[in-house]
Amino acid sequence: MTDGQTIAVEVSAIERVTPLIKHFTLRRAEGGPLPAFSGGSHIIVVMRTARRVNRNPYSLLGSPADLDRYEIGVRRMEDSRGGSHFLHDEVAVGDRLEIAHPVNLFPLDKRARKHLLLAGGVGITPFLAQLEDLAVGTAPYELHYSVRSPDHAAFKDRLIAGHGGHVRLYHDSAGEAIDVEGLLSAQPLGTHVYVCGPKGMIDTVIDTARACGWSMSHIHWEQFSAPPVGDAFEVFLERSQRRLSVPPDQSLLEAIEAAGVEVPYLCRGGVCGFCRTRVLDAGDGLLHHDHFLSDAEKSGGKSLMPCVSRARGKHVVLDL
Amino acid sequence: MSARFKPDETFRDDFRYSNSPAAIRRFPLPFPEDEYMYSVNIEPHSRGAPGSVTEFAIDIDEHYVAECKERALVLAAEPLRCQALPHMMAAQWDCLELIMESLARDYPQHFSLERRGKHWHWTNRPLALEQRFVFGEPTTLPHPPLEYITRQAPGDWVVMDQRDGDLWTEAGMVTSQADWSLDFDIGMTFKEWHGPVPLAHEMSVFDRALKYLLNLRLGAPVRRLNWTMTVHPRLDTSPENYPFWGPDRTRVTAANAGDLVHLRVELQALWRLPRSNAVVFSIRCYLMSVRELATIPKWARRVHRVLKTLHPALVDYKGLTRYRDSVVAWLAPFDDGSPTTSGTGPD
Repeated sequence: MTDGQTIAVEVSAIERVTPLIKHFTLRRAEGGPLPAFSGGSHIIVVMRTARRVNRNPYSLLGSPADLDRYEIGVRRMEDSRGGSHFLHDEVAVGDRLEIAHPVNLFPLDKRARKHLLLAGGVGITPFLAQLEDLAVGTAPYELHYSVRSPDHAAFKDRLIAGHGGHVRLYHDSAGEAIDVEGLLSAQPLGTHVYVCGPKGMIDTVIDTARACGWSMSHIHWEQFSAPPVGDAFEVFLERSQRRLSVPPDQSLLEAIEAAGVEVPYLCRGGVCGFCRTRVLDAGDGLLHHDHFLSDAEKSGGKSLMPCVSRARGKHVVLDL
Repeated sequence: MSARFKPDETFRDDFRYSNSPAAIRRFPLPFPEDEYMYSVNIEPHSRGAPGSVTEFAIDIDEHYVAECKERALVLAAEPLRCQALPHMMAAQWDCLELIMESLARDYPQHFSLERRGKHWHWTNRPLALEQRFVFGEPTTLPHPPLEYITRQAPGDWVVMDQRDGDLWTEAGMVTSQADWSLDFDIGMTFKEWHGPVPLAHEMSVFDRALKYLLNLRLGAPVRRLNWTMTVHPRLDTSPENYPFWGPDRTRVTAANAGDLVHLRVELQALWRLPRSNAVVFSIRCYLMSVRELATIPKWARRVHRVLKTLHPALVDYKGLTRYRDSVVAWLAPFDDGSPTTSGTGPD
């Protein structure tokens, strides 16, 4: 939550696995094992660039049984605010980074009779670690992994080598698509479905599962939003009596932190609700980009998630 | 504290139990003020002052060996005091690792742990135990992992699985509890488990506590204190055994309250577990007779005032209804009305 709790790591390997995704291996800078974690966990990578500090969440994709290293997959975002570009273009083997302890907001349900995993693109990353947990368990599992084309199938070799019989790959370029309805209408009782990928895919899986009669307790998803680039705006922090300008490529949370005001956070991706902040005056309106607040809460304008959400005008006042 | 163990202490029958002057001075008094009401009094479980009960993650004191013997007696009679639902095996190993690592790191004179990959070697000198086992292989231990390690760990341990935005009580070792039952509560959600607590639900204490605990982070454990009172230094005040200890409440008088009645304080610590993503809740019980408590003048004044002004619903819930007035009367001569200093420590 604060930089005092971070772990210093060294980049020990970088591999380009698709045209858009690089695979980073991190080891503890002073040597020794990293904290144990469960499949589905993410870490926050703290990047101190010349201009500012970026903190981005990335799923851990290595085996939870191997604590000598952490592995992350970073997709280069076209409309990036700097985090993924920094990792892709400026970080080299031997460089040091800081990370926060793992947090799991996308855990496997350990009571499931069967696990059905649906991945789209870079959404494969949390499943790679979960597959390691599933491989040593007793419940059956299968992964359906949809990618743009064969050269975008990140970690395909690792998947086939470790879990060949459990994995099915789909290439958009060959007209292949996951038959979501077919899958969800033919699962044994006690199956849990997990989906990670683009928003459209997640929505389709949730809607189809509900239509097929699945209980919400058996549907799990994770979608980290990168903080979107937006228009510059101004914010006033009532308790701190500070007025800040937030430039287009900085998140509100980052701007608040840069001003020395601390806000508790966990996911920095609009998922966990931890950084929820009270809005005292919504001014010309709020631009909500999170997956936590209900539609009613969003239109109510009384709170927002500064990790991903922004404001429209010059009179927004926060209770900070 | 550099504990000199008192292995012959008992928590039943003849109740051979007392606190040394050093143990009294380090007792975790849960009253920062002269009046008591609930609060979400959660703080980081960080290292406290040398010699205090929070100096280390898990506190080993002079009663350790005797408490482990008492636990073995309870389990022999009632094996269901330790249970774990089938999906909690990863959490069981997480607990074993947490406890072994903590004790070996903080009390190297008493415990040691050698790890070579999955092959572990554990030594517990106070209990004269030594065990080689394979981490992750339950058949290499004489008991399931949670039971194995909590037979050697002070306090009760409850393990909660996290799913569906809630915490589910689904494993535990509970033999020194203040009138609640793991066998009854296993499988419950966080709020179901705390259902009987009066007033706190209306104060949304559990809404806030649950939200906080769902976001509990690895490497950042938290703690709080809770309290009640118990007649005799009896650790096992379980609903299962109510017929044995319930009637004790009728025997308290203003003359014997100082010796019969004990302040019972729970140091509750919570950790996120790494491999299972579960949360483990340790409930460590400290017992001190009212007479021992009164050797600290500030505490005698403060506890007298806390009990005198305690909310009637809390008097009932904590089971003090029959004897609260006797304890207040016993403590009254110690309270000259002078102010108490801030903080909970002795003056």
